[in-house]
Amino acid sequence: MNKANRYSPRLFGLEILGIVIAIIFAMPFYFVFVNSVKSIREILSNAGSLPTKLELMNYVKSWGIMRFPLMFTNSLFITVISIAGLIIISSMAAYRMVRRPHKLNKFLFVLFVSAMVIPFQAIMIPLVQVAQMFGLMDSRIGLIICYFGFGVSLSMFLYHGFIKSIPKEIEESAVVDGCSPYGVFWRIVFPLLKPMTVTIMLLNSLWIWNDFLLPLLVLHQPGIRTIPLAIYSFFGEYTKQWDMALAGLVMGLVPIVVFFLAMQKSIIEGITAGAVKG
Amino acid sequence: MPNKKRFSESVQQLVFVGPATLFFLIIVVLPFFLCIYYGLTDWNGVERNARWVGLSNFQRIFTSDTGFMRSFWFTARYTFVTVILLNLIGFGLALLLTQALKLRNLMRTIFFIPNVIGGLLLGYIWQFIFVNGFVSIGNWTNIKFFQLPWLGTPATGFWALVIVTVWQYAGYLMIIYIASIISVPKEMIEAAKIDGANRWQVLKNITVPMIMPAFTVSLFLAISWCFKVFDVNLSLTGGGPFKSTESLALNIFIEAFTNNRYGLGSAKALIFFVVVATVTIIQVSITKKREVEA
Repeated sequence: MNKANRYSPRLFGLEILGIVIAIIFAMPFYFVFVNSVKSIREILSNAGSLPTKLELMNYVKSWGIMRFPLMFTNSLFITVISIAGLIIISSMAAYRMVRRPHKLNKFLFVLFVSAMVIPFQAIMIPLVQVAQMFGLMDSRIGLIICYFGFGVSLSMFLYHGFIKSIPKEIEESAVVDGCSPYGVFWRIVFPLLKPMTVTIMLLNSLWIWNDFLLPLLVLHQPGIRTIPLAIYSFFGEYTKQWDMALAGLVMGLVPIVVFFLAMQKSIIEGITAGAVKG
Repeated sequence: MPNKKRFSESVQQLVFVGPATLFFLIIVVLPFFLCIYYGLTDWNGVERNARWVGLSNFQRIFTSDTGFMRSFWFTARYTFVTVILLNLIGFGLALLLTQALKLRNLMRTIFFIPNVIGGLLLGYIWQFIFVNGFVSIGNWTNIKFFQLPWLGTPATGFWALVIVTVWQYAGYLMIIYIASIISVPKEMIEAAKIDGANRWQVLKNITVPMIMPAFTVSLFLAISWCFKVFDVNLSLTGGGPFKSTESLALNIFIEAFTNNRYGLGSAKALIFFVVVATVTIIQVSITKKREVEA
């Protein structure tokens, strides 16, 4: 009785409105999926129609041209190693800065945080120079090191805020038990940071997986490209060949969409937490 | 003994803070200072020696480089329009999804998905939609809107970029607004209703003032996304037609890596930095002030 009352005509109207907006939002995906299994003739004659015959060769062809498995592995390797490294270096730095807030560390903290206002495009030109100087060009490890540099500010900042809320007493009792400073951090403090570690992992994985401009500047050999780079060069070579291009786009977007659907709850929580702080 | 302790402290400082600082200095700080230096030279990226030209790059940018000024105004207009639409739609969606709708979890997922896909891919997807998808909708419905040459004229190209950006980020702002709307105390709304306030009055006099911090955060995020737009711009319009939709970031990129004018590109990058940093600092200081008042 009560429940039936609560679902009023007004709510029903809003439900319909929401469904209509959701359909409009999802429309581009409909076009991309449907046309990725159509022949080019069918695409050009009517992009809105359902396919009369499944043209799966589109996928076979662009899978091969893009060397999709290799690109996927490259993207995965770069994303995973960058995030692992970022978590290690930024959690350690943040911990030390919170527990030993002397002049140098305070200065470094301000430096890290204020660098967050520098947009990437403002320093990309000399970055290429610096990358050449330090032998980071055309190497996946080199790109990963660049991500260490660009990602450390935000990750460190988020850890810094979190560590401040952890009571020092837990660590002190471990020191009494004869634990070294490194042991205290890795065995006692780091496990306590887990919620923030998850947030930092997710935020950085969306960023690094999708990042295009930095890999474009650093990676030139075709064999070490990431998925966005492969898509970019694919579109450069096969302009307007939408049958293969759309199949390539679908392959490019499926992994990250699946990842999002699997981690949806944590990602949205992470964004909410990050937005409140930053 | 105290010496040994001091030594151990220094080693710890080095082990804990050293790696982060080293990467940060090489990848961010060093390029930043090099950018200032290159901006004062006519370096072409190939020669060993860059010639010092003082402020003449800046003089050129402000007096004779019509491309940069055009990109600047394009980016400013685009940012202004997109930020307003993004926040209106993000807030609207949040209001909708904080009602007791049956499908709201599914809707939330759909509204958010564009955000997890990279801008480059989104631009290509929409290139297809504007060129082929809209045409087929237009043939079917005969609505003029879908029959426009979307990527073919400067005016429609501008709006095409606005539409894609709004579609891309509205879900993100929606999440921020939802979190903030949910945190408005229920008792306050109940009390207002008992006093006879209608839905519109509750929204205007309670919800909106209570979620001011969310507006500030969203405004700031939207401004910074729009001002730095690159990926979507490159893949959707490529700056065309006739460079009319070339954003600042794209203009800097082309100046440096296509025209090989690294010196001039660096000078543009510096101006870009100053503009973005100024906007960010103003935004943050306003936020801080509001927080104190509240």
